[in-house]
Amino acid sequence: MSVVTLTINDELVSAQEGQTLLSVLQERGIEVPTLCHLDGLSERGGCRLCMVEMEGSGRLQAACVTQVQEGMVVYTHSERLVKYRRMILELLFSERNHVCAVCVMNGNCELQWEAAQIGMDHVRYEYLNPDLPMDASHERFVIDHNRCILCTRCVRVCDEIEGAHVWDVMGRGVNSRVIVDLNQPWGTSQSCTSCGKCVQVCPTGALFSKGATVAEMEKQHNFLRWILDGREKKIWSYENGK
Amino acid sequence: MNRSDLEALAQRELQRQQAFRCRILCCASTPCLSSGATAVYDAINAAIKEGELDAEVQAVSTGCMGPCSRGPMVTVQVKDEGEFIYEHVSPEVGRQLVAYHARSAAPPAEELPEPLRTRLLPSDMPFFAKQRKVVLSNSGLIDPERLEDYVARGGYAALAHALREMTPEEVCREIINSGLRGRGGAGYPTGLKWDMVRKARGDKKYVIANGDEGDPGAYMDRTLMESDPHRVLEGMAIAGYAVGADQGYIYVRGEYPIAAKRLERAIRTAERRGLLGSRILDSNFNFRIDVRIGAGAFVCGEETALMASIMGRRGQPTPRPPYPAQSGLWGKPTLINNVETFGNIAPIIQNGAEWFASIGTAKSKGTKIFALAGKVATTGLIEVPMGITLREIVYDIGGGIPNGLAFKAAQTGGPSGGCIPAQYLDTPVDYESLKALGSIMGSGGLIIMDEHSCMVDVAKFFMEFCMDESCGKCVPCRVGTVQMHRLLERITDGSATLQDLETLKELCVMVKETSLCGLGQSAPNPVLSTIQYFLDEYEAHIRERRCPAGVCTLEKTPVTEWVHA
Amino acid sequence: MSVKTSPPPRARSQAVREHPSGDPRFNLIDRTLKRFSYQQDALIEVLHTAQETFGFLSDDLLIYVARQLKLPLSWVYGVATFYHFFTLKPQGKHTCIVCMGTACYVKRAAEIVAALQQAFHVEPGGTTADGLLSLSTARCLGSCGLAPVLVLDGEVLGRETPESTLERVRQLLLAEQSDAAPSANGDAMHVTNGGIHEPI
Repeated sequence: MSVVTLTINDELVSAQEGQTLLSVLQERGIEVPTLCHLDGLSERGGCRLCMVEMEGSGRLQAACVTQVQEGMVVYTHSERLVKYRRMILELLFSERNHVCAVCVMNGNCELQWEAAQIGMDHVRYEYLNPDLPMDASHERFVIDHNRCILCTRCVRVCDEIEGAHVWDVMGRGVNSRVIVDLNQPWGTSQSCTSCGKCVQVCPTGALFSKGATVAEMEKQHNFLRWILDGREKKIWSYENGK
Repeated sequence: MNRSDLEALAQRELQRQQAFRCRILCCASTPCLSSGATAVYDAINAAIKEGELDAEVQAVSTGCMGPCSRGPMVTVQVKDEGEFIYEHVSPEVGRQLVAYHARSAAPPAEELPEPLRTRLLPSDMPFFAKQRKVVLSNSGLIDPERLEDYVARGGYAALAHALREMTPEEVCREIINSGLRGRGGAGYPTGLKWDMVRKARGDKKYVIANGDEGDPGAYMDRTLMESDPHRVLEGMAIAGYAVGADQGYIYVRGEYPIAAKRLERAIRTAERRGLLGSRILDSNFNFRIDVRIGAGAFVCGEETALMASIMGRRGQPTPRPPYPAQSGLWGKPTLINNVETFGNIAPIIQNGAEWFASIGTAKSKGTKIFALAGKVATTGLIEVPMGITLREIVYDIGGGIPNGLAFKAAQTGGPSGGCIPAQYLDTPVDYESLKALGSIMGSGGLIIMDEHSCMVDVAKFFMEFCMDESCGKCVPCRVGTVQMHRLLERITDGSATLQDLETLKELCVMVKETSLCGLGQSAPNPVLSTIQYFLDEYEAHIRERRCPAGVCTLEKTPVTEWVHA
Repeated sequence: MSVKTSPPPRARSQAVREHPSGDPRFNLIDRTLKRFSYQQDALIEVLHTAQETFGFLSDDLLIYVARQLKLPLSWVYGVATFYHFFTLKPQGKHTCIVCMGTACYVKRAAEIVAALQQAFHVEPGGTTADGLLSLSTARCLGSCGLAPVLVLDGEVLGRETPESTLERVRQLLLAEQSDAAPSANGDAMHVTNGGIHEPI
């Protein structure tokens, strides 16, 4: 595999051809916020938080869906980018009811963490306060649509790793919602294997285990690497392991 | 069928048509149909039958003639006497038309009996005189359901020429040299796109015609598909030959049942005659075309979303690159062009790149079809050379603003475009000039507004459209459009502060720069352009709580006021 | 080279036979399924046929389509709810579609919608409680010259005002009440194609 050289924040960096820009940034310890991206799942390019500036291109690019190219000149933390990331987070907080104080994921939530990192302390947009239900019909898990940010990690993990494709998205635009089978109570699903992968990959308190109360829910994603390395390379490494 | 069979078919049809002394062409496009064109056609046919005039007079159901607000339209072609175009034709007037024109040696137009005289359009009417028909050259003159009509006017000769005399590379070169740019709105050079797909490696390639015309108020593509379906098919087949594809799809908007039906019929006829399908015109080239019907999603006009829809999925766009030219339908190299773009191909091959490049401006070649609508005397479908001024379109072709009101703005490009104010009426209409004014050429919707239109309200209308049509995949578009709409709502209902206007501006720029696809990237355009040219109207709403056009009610008060009260 | 599959010659004789579900309308869906060789990519085409045949997409119908195409239920549901054309609720006996394209909007079509909404207590996209009237809006019916335009039970009406529309709809519903015998005309069927008839 050939090596390409690119410039990130005025520093020369070499990377493997075919790598995504985001994976290079992460290897170099350059932190850009992400929400829809998760190592082990296909890329979506939907949250737009990992956008970077690229010299010679008028448009901003999402790092997760951009492949590195020889001679690329990238900036990851310009004033404009930081401002936009903050605005995108504000939009996400305004979209549904993200009330951290009463959330099972308080303290462990990726959305909350990204907001804290960037110093987002208030939302300038009108809270949309949609009237969304909570479904606790599954014997072990709960989905609270109020906390969902439509990153579709649950949809992808169920389809790509578990292979059940229980989840999908219905509707469109701001009325989109993740659904189980024919938009039915989770507990009545016949395709769900109750494996819990969707719960573990969910970045917020939208999916959680029954019994967890405020700030009690913690999630683990490294099972994804464990499964994928096992499936593809027949290697079960206990360092990344379960 | 081979090339000489094609020529023989054209000759036979021409002779057949010339045998009639009088041909009565009745528009059967959607706007005329909804004003009762079917009854007119039936009445004319009945009158021909009653008068036993079958051998001399022929009624033809054709495509669009242009001035849609004056429908049902009828054109009468009389041998040695010329052409007579009638507006607002009723079944009764239709019968009188037959009776009148069937007589030989008709008296001059001034002596026409009523009500024919008032319905006759002057032959030198600027609506027709200022147009230049390239893509619509057959529209309104041929029966879209008869292949023979198309062939008689030189149809499929360009395909025959390309297959016989040109290599795929030469076809691409010809299109590049013509300077043709994509008519879907963005204006990417068509020839370069073709050449990219031609060079792309793949065992299978596809050609897609984008007929998912979603802009409200625009119906150019529908008219072309309804009025001259074979022209689109021929353009696609030439493209298939040039890029090395053997399968094409036409994606037709679900709201266009007549266009879909006519295309299906045209495909079947062309296949039967060996003009599509296997071994086209006795060559080694195979090309099939299938129609795919959309199901009502504006975002499917975006090429990656359109491909998702053709593959039966939710019409959500995917990030580019990879571009469809490398990896499109089912991962194969795919050429996507707008229907109108394909409509330009046959004339270019037939008349040469130089001829095409002689029309238009330095960077925008050829003609553009616009759907002229809104507050203008004659609304309808027009095809004009690039570089014509807006003033000519509004005042000459469109006949000016009715009721003695003043022109306020022209909206181009629908929800992705912007508004052009009166001081730029003399701007030439081409890709660069419109972009410089903060609007876009777009697919061809052109809505004229007078002083009774509130620009904030118009911006709100388009934002609501984008909000409804956002697919929901990326955050800036999904939530940003809702928040922008909320802010515009506050401005129009009187509860906004000047801070809200700043928030709105900032949000517009962010959504424009960070959204995933063209829908989100262009959704703020109507707001940005109205703020640019009509800031005083925004400020009148906020500062004076007054709508200058008298549209908004402004019944609420700003939140800060009642909090401190 | 692609080979287009033409419907097998037996299709016609099978259509006459009764469908396992007992509802002969499923034969029409099966015909579309066969035309596309049961390819998953044909989902939207199959849903089009299903909606034209049944008027709306019930859960049973979606399950049937998902089974036939071997697709997950949530996938089919997601596609059916993404596109405006598909409706998962039964439609009213009469339908009124008001065009909200730019030309109609500029000529105040919104006032017509508001008037209907108020007079008949029905939201756009909804059906009255008695199931008599469905109100919806459309994105440009392409009859901009006649703006504002609406489609009432398949008939395209141009240059409407709120008053004239209310009067028309009232007449329609009044006739419904006085005429106890329902005139089953399959109204919902031709409105699905935008209410525009094929000419000639």
